[in-house]
Amino acid sequence: MQESAAFTPQLAASTITGILWLIPAAPMIASGLIALLKQPRRKLAASLAIGSLSISLLLSFVAFCHVVAGWARGSVVREFVNFTWFRYGSSTVDLGWVLDPLAAIMLVMVCFVGLLIFIYSVGYMAHDENFTRFFCFMSLFAGAMLGVVVSNSLLLLFMCWEIVGLTSYLLIGFWYQKPSAAAAAKKAFVTTRVGDIFFLLGIVWLFSQTGTLLFYNHGVGSLEPLALAVLLTQHAGLGLSAAGAIGLLIFAGAVGKSGQLPLHVWLPDAMEGPTPVSALIHAATMVAAGVFLVARVYPLMAAGVPTLANGGLNGTTTALTVVTWVGASTAVFAALIAIAQNDIKRILAYSTISQLGYMMAGLGLGGVAVGIFHLITHAFFKALLFLGAGSVIHGCHEEQNIRRMGGLRSDMPLTFVTYAIGMLALCGFPIFFSGFWSKDGILEAAQHWDISKGPFYLLVFGALLTAFYMTRQVCYVFFGHWRGHETAHESPRVMTVPLAILAFFAIALGVIGTPAWPWFHAFLENRAVKFDLHGFAEPGLLALMLTSSLIVFLGLGLGWWLYDNKSPEPEAPDALEKSAPLLWAPLRDRLYVDEIYGVTVIAFYAWWARVADWFDRRIWGGIVAAITWLFGLWAQFNRFLDVHWVDGGFDKTCEELSSGGGLLSRVEGGRVQNYLRILAAAVVALAAILLWSSRP
Amino acid sequence: MNVVFYLLAAITLAGGLAAVLLKHLVHCALATTVAFAGLALLFLQLDAQFAGFAQILVYIGAVAILIVFTILLTRGSELPKGGVFSRTWFVGLVIAAGVFAVLAWAVLESVRGIPQQTAVPAVTVHDIGNALVGRYVLPLEIVGLLLTAATIGAVIVAMHEKERRQ
Amino acid sequence: MTSMGMTTPLAGYLLVAALLFAIGLAGALVRRNAILVLIGIELMLNAANLNLIAFWRFGPHPEALTGMMFALFSIAVAAAEAAVGLGLVIAIHRQTNTTELDKIDRMKG
Repeated sequence: MQESAAFTPQLAASTITGILWLIPAAPMIASGLIALLKQPRRKLAASLAIGSLSISLLLSFVAFCHVVAGWARGSVVREFVNFTWFRYGSSTVDLGWVLDPLAAIMLVMVCFVGLLIFIYSVGYMAHDENFTRFFCFMSLFAGAMLGVVVSNSLLLLFMCWEIVGLTSYLLIGFWYQKPSAAAAAKKAFVTTRVGDIFFLLGIVWLFSQTGTLLFYNHGVGSLEPLALAVLLTQHAGLGLSAAGAIGLLIFAGAVGKSGQLPLHVWLPDAMEGPTPVSALIHAATMVAAGVFLVARVYPLMAAGVPTLANGGLNGTTTALTVVTWVGASTAVFAALIAIAQNDIKRILAYSTISQLGYMMAGLGLGGVAVGIFHLITHAFFKALLFLGAGSVIHGCHEEQNIRRMGGLRSDMPLTFVTYAIGMLALCGFPIFFSGFWSKDGILEAAQHWDISKGPFYLLVFGALLTAFYMTRQVCYVFFGHWRGHETAHESPRVMTVPLAILAFFAIALGVIGTPAWPWFHAFLENRAVKFDLHGFAEPGLLALMLTSSLIVFLGLGLGWWLYDNKSPEPEAPDALEKSAPLLWAPLRDRLYVDEIYGVTVIAFYAWWARVADWFDRRIWGGIVAAITWLFGLWAQFNRFLDVHWVDGGFDKTCEELSSGGGLLSRVEGGRVQNYLRILAAAVVALAAILLWSSRP
Repeated sequence: MNVVFYLLAAITLAGGLAAVLLKHLVHCALATTVAFAGLALLFLQLDAQFAGFAQILVYIGAVAILIVFTILLTRGSELPKGGVFSRTWFVGLVIAAGVFAVLAWAVLESVRGIPQQTAVPAVTVHDIGNALVGRYVLPLEIVGLLLTAATIGAVIVAMHEKERRQ
Repeated sequence: MTSMGMTTPLAGYLLVAALLFAIGLAGALVRRNAILVLIGIELMLNAANLNLIAFWRFGPHPEALTGMMFALFSIAVAAAEAAVGLGLVIAIHRQTNTTELDKIDRMKG
C-alpha cells in the first residue's frame, strides 16, 4: 500500500514545530550536565535524566496532538524547519527537522517507553556504583534517538544515527571490566559500521544526484517528486534505478542497525549490557531506528512503482522486494535459533531480531503503516518482556540461565502476570493483544503479494516458532519447581509499576490498528477513518485471522506439551533435544554464523592486519631505517670532512704558520754569537759582491 | 827590515791564535796581551811612535787588566762542561775564513793601484798635540764625553744592587 | 807575501791585519765564553788599527795625521767599549751565574 494523496503544502511552521528541536535537545543537555556531576550525586543525575525526558514527552504529546488535530481537520501536517549549516562556494549544506505523523508517533513512543525504562532503571541500577554514568549515557542515547526521529535531513539523521551507535557501544560495554562486555561492545560497533559504510555511500550518491539531503524542502527535497523523478531516470544496473539503488544502500545501514540477516551477530552479544539497556536500546528504540529509517526514505524505495497498468506486479520495486526477502528470512532464521537458547535475555534478543524481520517484511510488503504499526506494538511488549526478564534476573539474584529457574509463578506473581501478557502479545494471541493485530496486518500484506508467496509461508512458520519458543521460555522460568540456589523474591515497586503500565499498552494498542477501525494506518497515510465493523468483511481477512490464531495455538500447545511443568534438571538434555538431537545442536550453536564470520571475514582481517604489520615493519620501517642510515652515513662523511679537511686544513695552516714562525724565530735565538755570525756572513757577501762588480 | 816585520807579525798572530784557542781564560788573556804587545811593536816599526805607546798604555795597561779582572770576577777559572768551543764552531770558522778570503782578495787585487810613500814622516808629539786641539778638537771633546759616559755606565752596570739582593 | 815585501810592504801589513781580523772574528764566533768574544772584538779592533796606521804610513800626506788620529780615537773608543762590555758581563754573571753565551738567550724570540 502506498501513501495516497499528497500532503497539504505547508504555509508556515507552527509554534510547536518551531520548538521541536527541544525534544532531542533536552535529554542531550541533561546528559552533558550529568557528565559534569560526580558519581555520588545519584538522585540529581536520575532527576535530570527523567526530568528532561519528561519535558520531551510533554512536547511530543503537544506535537502529536497538533498533528492529530490537523489530520482530523482533513489536512495532514508536514511541517518542517530548515536552516543552513554552512556554505561552501555557492552551495550550502542544510539541516532541519520535520513534524509529520510518522515523526509524531515515533516521538511519543520513544519518549514514553524511554521514560518508563528510566524510572525502572532507578530501581534496577540502585546497587551499581556507576549509576550516574549510566544515566548520562542513557540520556545521550534518548536525545540522539529523538534526533534521528525528528530529522529532516539525511545528514542530520546520519549524525544522530552515529551518536546512537556510540551510546549503544558505551552502554553495552557499561561493565567494561568484563572482557565479554567489552568484546560485545566492540562487536556491535564494528558490525553496525559495516552497514553504515553503505549508508554513507547512499548519502553521497543521493547528494550528488539531487544536490540536497533534506527530505522535504518546499518541493525540492530529496524525497519529493522532483528529485525522485531525476533519480528514476538514472539506472544503476540489475534492474534498479538510482532511487532504488540508493534506497538499498540506505537499507544496508538499517540492516546493520536493526540486526537483519547477515549483520545480526551483534545483537545477542549486546545482552552483556544491563537489562534496561537491552530493553530500551535493543528492543524498543535503537533497533527500531533501522525500521524507522526505511519508513522515512520509503518514497525513495517505492519510487517508480510499476502499477498494474504497465505490466507490473502489485506495486512494488526491486528495492522493496529485497527488503521483504531479507526481513522474512531473518524472521525465520532468528526464530529457529531462539528455540535452542538457555539464556533468558538471549532468547529475547533472537526474538527481537525475528520481529525486526517481521517489521522489515511489513514495510516491504505493505508499506509504511503496516511496518510501523508492528514497530510500535513491538516496542511496548518487547520492552515489557525485557523489563520483566530484568525483574526475574534481579529476583533470582543475577541468575540468567532459564534451566536454573522455575516455579516463579508463585514467587513473583506480578512479574509473572505482566510477563505473560507480553509473551502472549508477542506470540500474537488473538483478539486481545496488540501483537495479533500488528502481525496480522503483515501476514495480510504478505498474502496479497503477487511476486511470491514465499514470504507469507516463511512468516507463518515464524509465527509458529515464536509461539513455541516463548512457551518454552515461560514454562522453564515460571512453571514447574525452583531449580536455583537461593529463593527468589518479587522486585520492588519502582520496577513493577512500569511493567504494569507497559502491559496495559501491550493490550490497549491493539485497538487502534484493527481492521474495524484502522486509525493508525489512516493517520499515517493521511486518510479519513471511521469505525466500521465491515472492515472485517474484507475477502480472506477472517480466514487469515483464523489461520494465524490456529498457528499460535499450535505453537503454544506444542510448547506446553514438551515443557509444561516438567522442569528438567539443568544438566539434563532439553525435551526437544531428546527428540531431535541433530536439529538441536546447530540451533543451539546459533547456526554457526559467528563461526563462519570468524573463519572468513575475521580471519581475513587478521591476516590482512598481519600483512600490513609486516609491511609496516619491514618495508616502511626498513625505508625509514635505510634513510636514517643514509643520514648517519652522510653525517659521518660530513664529520670526516670537517675533522680532516676543514679543521685539518685550518689546523694545518696554523701549524705551518706556527712552525714557520718557529723557524723564523730561530733567527732571533737570543744568542749573540749567532747574530754576529750572520752579520759577518752578510759582510762577506756584500764585500764579495762589491769587489766582483768593481773588477776592471 | 822584513825579518823584523815577519817576526813581529808572527808574534802578533801567534798571540792572537793563542788567545782564541787556549782553554784557560787567564791564558787567553795573557796571550791577548802578547798580541797587543806585538801590535804595539808593529806600530813602532811603522814610525807611529805615539800610537804604539798609546797602544801599550791603553790596551795592555787597561784593557788587558780589565779582562783579567772580569775573568776573576766571573769565576772564569772554572772550565765549562761542554767544552770551550761551541757546537757549531765550524760554521764560525768558515765565516771567518770567508772574511779573510774576501779581505785578502781585496788587498791583492788592489795593491797595484795604491800610491805608496816610502819616506819616513816627520811627525812629532808636538804636531799631534796641535792636531788634537786644533783640527780634531771636536772629536776630542766627544771622545772625552764618551769616556765619561762609559766610565759611569760601566760602574752602574757592574754595581751591586743592594735592594734586589735577597 | 814575500814577493811583495821589497817594494811595497803595505800589502804585507794589510794581510797581517786581515789575518788578525779573521782570527779575532773566529774567536768571537767560535768560543762559548762571553769574555772571549770581547777579546775577539778587541783583536778585530786592533787589526783595524793596524790597517789604519799602515795606510797612514804608506799613504799620501802622512803629515796630515789623519790615520794616526783615527787610530788614536779608535783606541780610546775601544777602551771605553771594553769597559762597558766587561761591566755587562759581570752584571750578567751576577744575574744568571754563567758567562756562557749559549745560556744567555733571554732575548730569544
